[in-house]
Amino acid sequence: MSENLIEFNNISKFFGKVIALKDVTMKLKKGEIMCLLGDNGAGKSTLIKTLAGVHKPDEGEIVIEGKKTIFDSPKDALDMGIGTVYQDLALVPLMSVTRNFFMGREPLKGPPFLKTFDIQKANQIAAERMGQIGIDVRDPSQAVGTMSGGERQCLAISRAIYFGAKVLVLDEPTSALGVHQASMVLKYVVKAASQGLAVILITHNVHHAYPVGNSFTVLNRGKSLGTFNKKDISREELLGMMAGGEELDKLEVELEEMNRINN
Amino acid sequence: MSDKAKSIASKKTSGQDERLKEVSKLRLLLNRPELGAVGGAILVFIFFGIVAGDTGMFSAYGTLNFLDVSANLGIIAIAAAMLMIGGEFDLSIGSMIGFAGICIAIPAIYWGWPLWVSIIFAFAMAVLVGYFNGILVVRTGLPSFIVTLAMLFILRGATLAITRLITGRTQVPGLRVLIENDPIAWMFATDTFKWLFTWLGSMNLIALRTDGTPLATGIPPSVIWFIAATLFATWILMKTRYGNWIFASGGDKNGATNVGVPVGRVKISLFIGTAVAATIFATIQVLDAGSADTMRGNLKELEAIAAAVVGGCLLTGGYGSAIGAAFGALIFGTVSMGIFYTDVDTDWFKVFLGAMMLIAVVFNNYIRKRVTESK
Repeated sequence: MSENLIEFNNISKFFGKVIALKDVTMKLKKGEIMCLLGDNGAGKSTLIKTLAGVHKPDEGEIVIEGKKTIFDSPKDALDMGIGTVYQDLALVPLMSVTRNFFMGREPLKGPPFLKTFDIQKANQIAAERMGQIGIDVRDPSQAVGTMSGGERQCLAISRAIYFGAKVLVLDEPTSALGVHQASMVLKYVVKAASQGLAVILITHNVHHAYPVGNSFTVLNRGKSLGTFNKKDISREELLGMMAGGEELDKLEVELEEMNRINN
Repeated sequence: MSDKAKSIASKKTSGQDERLKEVSKLRLLLNRPELGAVGGAILVFIFFGIVAGDTGMFSAYGTLNFLDVSANLGIIAIAAAMLMIGGEFDLSIGSMIGFAGICIAIPAIYWGWPLWVSIIFAFAMAVLVGYFNGILVVRTGLPSFIVTLAMLFILRGATLAITRLITGRTQVPGLRVLIENDPIAWMFATDTFKWLFTWLGSMNLIALRTDGTPLATGIPPSVIWFIAATLFATWILMKTRYGNWIFASGGDKNGATNVGVPVGRVKISLFIGTAVAATIFATIQVLDAGSADTMRGNLKELEAIAAAVVGGCLLTGGYGSAIGAAFGALIFGTVSMGIFYTDVDTDWFKVFLGAMMLIAVVFNNYIRKRVTESK
């Protein structure tokens, strides 16, 4: 039964009187992409931070590979294989691809107390990893600032995978990207999942989420409206469920009304 | 497969990315942070070579003179550059120089401590001051500019008040007699390669005094410290994990924290670095002059930052080099001494310093755009 890689059972989080999350449940298998949809203020950020070990849940439990777990710190979450890629990507534009890739986890060589950063090995791994996802890094010592937004996103994801992520949490990976760049990132996400990772893709863009997701969890005002398999729900229904849905309908009616009056 | 496709494929299999060749060596060089300072130094030497080539500026004695000035500035400029790469400033360097001076002189002269104990005491105080600067900046999140500006006044004021309280004066002389046979002081007070200069003198290759000894007696300790500091800092920045953390902390504090870089610890250690460099500067000067002066090191923090900026450090952090800062210091030292050998009034030195800095900032800004923006 316990084939789920990760389970979030009835997670709640309160900040004083504010109920940020209430009874949110999610389950993910290996190779599955679950899209977490929700409008601004739905509780996406709180949920990400709970996943990443920044916040501790006030109620509920996190189960990884059948074991109940409590994250005391972001490092705990990392060690348990939860790789979170934040919206700001944690990349430094002025630093090289290699130096960014290994930032904080540099490979070392040499005798004790005189260990140096093994740049050669790092360059080689960085170029190899970027090559695997189809990004031909001309020179791994080039600054990240010279890369496109999609390439940067892929670098950040690739880094999380290299450092042992089993569950990949992606915060709005396509929000700042154009169509071409976004599809490049989504393609990579699908590829990562096909290699056995579980992916939680957080977004408010149903059009980006629907083609790649296996299941969809919709958050609204801190509560889960449920998790749906792709075959059970259409893109329009999903859109309708997010807080914006009703309002868009209303807007359409109002615009029609205006047209009628003008004519 | 068409011929064109074949030729591309063959290039690919040759192991070299064909697009790499489009980047010439010159362009790669243009992207290095220290380029401006190295180029500037070459220009300065050409200028003085033409204007003051026959005045003795480039004799052994003259050369050591401007190298000594450059080296003293360089020691603090390199530490300031590392701190700037780490994303912070230290305006208290100059005051720390004065403070370190009396930390050596008062215990040695008034309390009867051995000189070497006083020197160690001064370095211990430097670590404390640097730690305090760092912890204040890291804990409060206030701009280091403000925190260390406060420290600039506090340290200078304390230096003056304590010295006058204990000695009744603002200068503490009488250190020179203590240097001899001291187990540590020689590291800051001994000219090296004396045999070389004696030999050069005996061959009549360098100028001699009337008694036959050479005018330039050896490489001053500041130059040795300066070279060692440049090499050490460059090794740290380019070759170690800690170096990568310095760039990361200055480039993007939040990003670095998110991937596990101990940003706070990195910054605190860099503040300790500037205070310790100021103390090395102070020890060399105090032992050379034989006295400590409460006003020593005044405005040095700004010269150090200027040299670091000319050396390619960005004011916003995350970019720069120790070699650049070393060349920045060399430019300032050379001009400040070289100007005596020309007909130019020395009052113009500060004008030059300011102009140089402006040009450097504009140039560095251009370089940063080239490096970071997609082409």
